[in-house]
Amino acid sequence: MTAVENATAASAGPRAVTRLLWWRPDRAGTPVVLALVLVAGSLTFGGSFASGRNLGNIALDSSYLLLIATGMTFVILSGGIDLSVGSLLALSGVLTAYGSRWGTLAAVLLPLAVCGVIGLVNGLLIGRAGIAPFIVTLAALLFARGLAFAVADEGNTVHIIPADLALTQLGQARWLGLSAPVWFALAAFAAGVVVLNRTRFGQATFAVGDSQEAAELMGLPVARVRVLVYVLSALLTGIAGVLVAAQTQSGLPTIGEGRELEAIAAVVIGGTLLTGGAGTLGGTLAGVLLLKVIQNLINQVGTLTAYYQQVVSGTFLVVVVLIQSRLTRRRTR
Amino acid sequence: MTTPAIDVRSVSKHFAGVRALTGVCLDLRPGEVHALVGENGAGKSTLIKLVTGVYRPDGGEVRYLGEPVAFAHPRDAQAAGISTIYQEVNLVPMRSVAGNLYLGREPTNRLGLIDFRRMRRDARTILAGYGITVDVRRRLGELGLGVQQMIAVARALSTDARVVVMDEPTSSLEPREVDLLLDVVALLRRRQVAVLYVTHKLDEVFRICDRVTVLRDGRLVHTGPVAGTTRLRLVATMLGRDTDQIRRHGTTTFSDPAVSDQRGRTTGIPEATGTPVLRADGLTRRPVLDGVSLDVHAGEVVGLAGLLGSGRTETAKAVFGADRLDAGAISVDGARARRWNPAAAIRGGIGMVPEDRKAEGIIGDLSVRDNIVLAALPRLTTAGFVSRRRQDEIVDTFVRRLRVKVSSPGQRVRELSGGNQQKVLLARMLCLSPRVLILDEPTRGIDVGAKAEIQSLISELAALGLGVLLISSELEEVVEGAGRVLVLRDGAVVGMLRGDDVSEDHIMRVIAQASGDGRPPRAPAAPRGGL
Repeated sequence: MTAVENATAASAGPRAVTRLLWWRPDRAGTPVVLALVLVAGSLTFGGSFASGRNLGNIALDSSYLLLIATGMTFVILSGGIDLSVGSLLALSGVLTAYGSRWGTLAAVLLPLAVCGVIGLVNGLLIGRAGIAPFIVTLAALLFARGLAFAVADEGNTVHIIPADLALTQLGQARWLGLSAPVWFALAAFAAGVVVLNRTRFGQATFAVGDSQEAAELMGLPVARVRVLVYVLSALLTGIAGVLVAAQTQSGLPTIGEGRELEAIAAVVIGGTLLTGGAGTLGGTLAGVLLLKVIQNLINQVGTLTAYYQQVVSGTFLVVVVLIQSRLTRRRTR
Repeated sequence: MTTPAIDVRSVSKHFAGVRALTGVCLDLRPGEVHALVGENGAGKSTLIKLVTGVYRPDGGEVRYLGEPVAFAHPRDAQAAGISTIYQEVNLVPMRSVAGNLYLGREPTNRLGLIDFRRMRRDARTILAGYGITVDVRRRLGELGLGVQQMIAVARALSTDARVVVMDEPTSSLEPREVDLLLDVVALLRRRQVAVLYVTHKLDEVFRICDRVTVLRDGRLVHTGPVAGTTRLRLVATMLGRDTDQIRRHGTTTFSDPAVSDQRGRTTGIPEATGTPVLRADGLTRRPVLDGVSLDVHAGEVVGLAGLLGSGRTETAKAVFGADRLDAGAISVDGARARRWNPAAAIRGGIGMVPEDRKAEGIIGDLSVRDNIVLAALPRLTTAGFVSRRRQDEIVDTFVRRLRVKVSSPGQRVRELSGGNQQKVLLARMLCLSPRVLILDEPTRGIDVGAKAEIQSLISELAALGLGVLLISSELEEVVEGAGRVLVLRDGAVVGMLRGDDVSEDHIMRVIAQASGDGRPPRAPAAPRGGL
């Protein structure tokens, strides 16, 4: 029984704090860095950074990425990857604008239905047919981008959403000082937290990513979980696309390029293992905000071009993954 | 008599024309622990997969609680009350202990959301029932393997299992953890659960099991109460040797001091004298190797014998430097090596042909030429360029000497037969002109003709002064090929035979004796005499 007692003893004591910070970077690391960056930003740039207006812009900018990254978190936790979300964002936006000629309902349902179907096909090919997620969603990336351009007549036609449509007003509304998309993103995020942490589907998502074979042998519905995460990812991206279109009153087939990588970066910076099985949505939220705050800060420095944002994000990503792999190695030794 | 929990009625199963099981019967009664033993390829795994719904039989039927069943999926078998504990812990390491216990059937509240508080409380209660006190919120992977295995058992049982299938559950556990697990098995028996206990550790069979079934080559060769058999008879049955012949020596020779005397004598004065080319001292890698020592002289073939899981391959890998060791030292020509890894081994003149030809040996898409010269490339390279002419010389020589049947040196290795692939691997090591060759199962899976050729090749090489460490699960091969045989059990050397004492009988008796109660299971089994 010594092993058991040791196991219990090790969890208590002063090491608990160290563990929280280093052993579980997914729990604490990114929020701490985010807080430091926020403080540093406020001290350096004062009012121009810490103003309500600027923070509101950061929130709006983050909201689309948060929607996408929430779905991406489920996908990555299940041990997969979804490369199609950038293209889906564009397709959803184009379809929103295209459907707006038939009213708000069509403008919302058309893109969501199409995204849902594409997500379902992704999921079935991955979960049931057993094709690698990378390949399937790469194909979906090409497919969705192509479809977006086709609907927009090779980009020559920009479908405009009528200004008097309820959707337009919704997209540009502000409640309690924050733009509507921010509230939508927060609602979706909160729902995601509940689903991930408090439902059997959520727990199974972790288990499938942790060890698919074990999950199978434990009798979990592995295939169903793997299908559903891609549907979820596509639907959340679809919502983001509708909101982007509503905000800009138009659907552009060129938007969202590289967004899939940005979302993956946010999830991984948030401490989710790229191999799946461990991570939190809270971390993803912190990751999204961190990326967007850094972007904003670099914009504050007039002399730096926006491309330095990618330099910094890339560096962050490498550091986080390096820490992750070291921790994983320590755990498995 | 009560209805058997599981009644397997003459099932057969074949894969791609190969018969894995032929007419095997097995009945498993409530409240019994039934051992299933057999060597590699005997069909143990296939049988338990038939019972647990992974496979369906081609012939015969499986009855569960008296009713014929055909589970489509392991999930269905589990739902019906047949749970399986696998050799490797099959839980999700990054989830909590409680989460692992309840995955897929978490308690929920009125809103359909998981009630974690109740889940943790129930998990604590369940684990306490097995004497495990552990923080159920901890990640499973942070706990010892023994505790993990216990949690797997607890999960299996909390589904109200009537039948528990355990597939070598102790293979990765420390002795102390094994005790813990066996206590739980005893608890299961008291609760009238039927346990099918697959193992290759004979002392566990005698410690915990009521009945034992032996499979060999996909057939049932023995089933009966454990009390009515002996270790020797079990070993003989598993290996398919003549029990009568051994019985004539009398099973009483187990306790006969003559046997140990004999062994003491035989391990007295080494035949090969002088400094051994290769010497290993106290190789330890927990939990698979426990202080293995051996030496190989020039021109000597040393055999390693032992049952599956006794540490044969682990010894080979340790000697070659392929696995990290907890303790132990390697000496070449009497000089102790400081850093030991495969590259150092090769520089020191040690070559190894691994057990798993496909995974660790040949590179199927490369040509015969490339495969042979692979390890020798550094020696054939001048200023970064590889000399094609010298490559061809080497390849020609070995293809001729080893009689490798190839259409041309450029032929892809994948297209060769198993025997010829093995020869290519031998050639790869031989062109390094090694002084000791470690051969792990050199004739596994190759046809009879090629087998004889390789065996005589080994003798020829030894006659030329090469030292050979020969590992084989076929006793016959070890007995015929080796001048000296080390017998392994549970990762330790439990006996050494040389000269006339090397016989299949004798090896089996050493294996069986080593699992006797009289000896502590992990006795250091000090290498005697020549070591």
